[in-house]
Amino acid sequence: MTEVAVDLTKRPSWTSDQDVRWCPGCGDYGILAAMQFMHAELAEDPATLVKPEDTVFVSGIGCAARFPYYMDTYGMHTIHGRSPAIATGLALARPDLNVWVVGGDGDMLSIGGNHLIHALRRNVNLTILLFNNQIYGLTKGQYSPTSEVGKVTKSTPAGSIDPPFNPISLAVGARATFVARTHDLDRKHMIDVFKQAHAHKGASLVEIYQNCNVFNDGAFDAITKRAARDEMMINLVDGEPIRFGAENDKGVVITNGRAEVVKVDDVGVDALVVHRNDADPSVSFALAELANDRQSPTPFGVFRAVDAPEYTEAMDSQLAAAQANGPGDLHDLLTSGATWTV
Amino acid sequence: MQLTGDRFTSTSALVGNDIATLPEFPAEIRAPQGTLAGVSAFQVHISDHDIHTPGDISDVLVAMNPAALKSQLIRLKGGGTILLNSDAFDERNLEKCGYEADPRLDGSLDGYTVHEIAMNKLTVEATADLDVKKRDAERSKNFFALGVVSWMYTRPLEPTIEWVESKFASRPAVVSANVSALKAGHAYGETTEMFANQYVVEAAPAKPGTYTNITGNTATAWGMIAAGQLSGLPVFLGSYPITPASDILHELSRHKNFGVKTFQAEDEIAGAGAALGAAFGGALAFTTTSGPGIALKGETIGLALSMELPLVIIDVQRGGPSTGLPTKTEASDLMMAMYGRHGESPMPVVAANSPSDCFFAAIEACRLALKYRTPVMLLTDGYLATGAEPWRLPDVADLPDISVEFTTAPNATDDEGNPTFLSFMRDEDTLARPWAIPGTPGLEHRLGGLEKADGTGNVSYDPGNHELMTQLREAKVNGIAADIPLVEVDGDGDGDVLLVGWGGTLGSITSAVNRMRDEGMKVDRIHLTHIHPFAANLGDILRSYRRVLVPELNRGQLVRLLRAEFLVDATPLSKVQGLPFTGEEIVNATKALLEVTA
Ligand code: SF4
Repeated sequence: MTEVAVDLTKRPSWTSDQDVRWCPGCGDYGILAAMQFMHAELAEDPATLVKPEDTVFVSGIGCAARFPYYMDTYGMHTIHGRSPAIATGLALARPDLNVWVVGGDGDMLSIGGNHLIHALRRNVNLTILLFNNQIYGLTKGQYSPTSEVGKVTKSTPAGSIDPPFNPISLAVGARATFVARTHDLDRKHMIDVFKQAHAHKGASLVEIYQNCNVFNDGAFDAITKRAARDEMMINLVDGEPIRFGAENDKGVVITNGRAEVVKVDDVGVDALVVHRNDADPSVSFALAELANDRQSPTPFGVFRAVDAPEYTEAMDSQLAAAQANGPGDLHDLLTSGATWTV
Repeated sequence: MQLTGDRFTSTSALVGNDIATLPEFPAEIRAPQGTLAGVSAFQVHISDHDIHTPGDISDVLVAMNPAALKSQLIRLKGGGTILLNSDAFDERNLEKCGYEADPRLDGSLDGYTVHEIAMNKLTVEATADLDVKKRDAERSKNFFALGVVSWMYTRPLEPTIEWVESKFASRPAVVSANVSALKAGHAYGETTEMFANQYVVEAAPAKPGTYTNITGNTATAWGMIAAGQLSGLPVFLGSYPITPASDILHELSRHKNFGVKTFQAEDEIAGAGAALGAAFGGALAFTTTSGPGIALKGETIGLALSMELPLVIIDVQRGGPSTGLPTKTEASDLMMAMYGRHGESPMPVVAANSPSDCFFAAIEACRLALKYRTPVMLLTDGYLATGAEPWRLPDVADLPDISVEFTTAPNATDDEGNPTFLSFMRDEDTLARPWAIPGTPGLEHRLGGLEKADGTGNVSYDPGNHELMTQLREAKVNGIAADIPLVEVDGDGDGDVLLVGWGGTLGSITSAVNRMRDEGMKVDRIHLTHIHPFAANLGDILRSYRRVLVPELNRGQLVRLLRAEFLVDATPLSKVQGLPFTGEEIVNATKALLEVTA
């Protein structure tokens, strides 16, 4: 067999031979490109290089869940909602791998909500990408657990009456050790957040605002379109006061546990919240709750990143302790109870 | 009472008796004491010869309260001996279980030999010198009862004393109370003139070897550990607690020195899912469950089937449907194992037939899963799982090698002549696809639940391909028939009737057949370990008998498969009481069949 030299610093080395089948114009294309470019960038430095053979993308069902087919790595396209559980087993059996989990809002928050919160609270070493388009795409346009109240869809002709989940609040509530938000129109921002999530030891949740141009077009336009960004996107930077606006004239304060947007001039710079990745979860929660609609200034970037014991390491250290006096012996096991000889 | 029964069993096994047990306990953890629903019973059969069941009826009944007497008296033979705790026969307890009059006084125990023993009082007296409260002392009364029965049956006390000392090592007061009660019970048997005779049950003649006493759940767990050693793969268990399967998880969790990873998931689905993820990573992966849990695993089993990854699913069957009878046995998940998935989804089904056979059945399920890259269902049941028997330990060197090779290099060439990896290119003999695990450079591939193109494994909606893949998956499983032992007939091969069993009924059927042969009847018997696919010679065997009787602890599931597959006129014998067959039930049914078809 001849070795085919592949240059992992180039995007095509991370691109599989499968035809991508998302609708033209779908936000998923941008996310896929960012993921491929990110791996190419990591390959430029031997210290950050991850190999395709050591990388696995695990997904459930939905448009987003087709993602693994398009990465030239190992992959599993599994069952609706179950990807965090399946990925957990893979990560436990193979702590040496980089395991990514990809799913949409229906996959992760509706049918798979239980698996998601448990993967997060256990802090298994998984990087979970939640493509939030606030709609069911693959089943052709029903409201999702992140759709706004009043949403008119095929299954809610009179408008949805379900209050939605805020994925960031949910993840913080599950005591996730890494929580971030990015969006499909900014490749640089995506790559930066993906890199941090990937480097984090433990479970990371990245919410990606993703446009479904067929069933929910423009859901995030008021926030993520280039012209709106300055006034509507709040960039969270560790160690910096939270400020935004074209004139950098707005900021965020937390009063009685509640975050609010203020004019900097009204309160003074010192009153602004200084963002800390390792702040108390109540602070992360307050920031997450700042925006629960599509019209308010919305925080992006890393909400939370804290060090905590990682699950696969804890499991492996229990195994190592049990094997301290050598590996198990089958004969010893069989004779470990009371025995008698005839 | 479970603990007391367990100690009596272990000691009997140690002195070389053959044993069979039937533990019976309520599904509730602290079921109201003194009520019929709260009775915890333990039936043990000890013998100086080979036995197969816990026995149809008992010689001795120990009743710690009126409820126990009321619920268990039907299991005592006429003229049998009753030891009852007279301290518990007060008005309140009698009323609790619905006795209108004291059964000791109204003649309902006439015909039995009744020994009334004030067990609470005697236990408190025996522990009087110790620093224990009266209420705590009374808790040791089961050990007093065990002492009495140990005297009756000449069992040594030492193994139980040693056991108490190690079990309660951190609570010396409990050790001394239990040991004093045990000894006092024994002394009571010796000194009172209550008992006319003492029984000596000699060791059963057994094949030479080293024996241990084992339950089905422990044997299953050990079988999975052994399969890991025999395959050279790390064992991974994804599970969720459920009665009566949890003990497999508990046992596995104690043996991390074998590199076994156990994961208690958030639910049944995640338990199965995590196992499947581990299988993709190259582990020998399995999941355990019972009752409704098996329904929740269906979608993951379907995915394993579609991805063609090895996965062992262990179903400790219990009474259903729904929550049903959590602590009682039944064999009613056979159709579920066969067909309980959507789509055309055949998978191998293996059934264990005795507590110790769970060990070998687990290894066999793993062998098939690994070799054929398929989910395999292993069926045990509540009776096997919690019942115990002496087990002649196998020589580890005699266990089969079940190792398989991972694929580490491309297995094909593409149109341009470059080496490539086709994830669904099958082995010609087994039809198994290659198993290449993450970490292997150059073999990156994606598996999914969407239909895959033959060979490449790419997503395919092609009509002809789907039919081909459906047939290939089926042919792969059917082909296993050539890789499993033929069924062996127990008998001369020309009996008037053939009894066909599967799973945990082996003991009941064997003892029934032995009884019928003693009566001069010509009865043959087979017992199935592999239910899907069937052994290659099964059809010929069935067709060579005029009468076929299929005893099952369900409403006739195997019998339907046999009739459908082989067009034989097999007759069902059904029982769904949460209890094993008695030998008598099988004998009577066989005689009835012979009569109507004479
Ligand atoms: S339906 Fe929406 S989310 Fe799905 S591929 Fe089309 S545009 Fe993308």
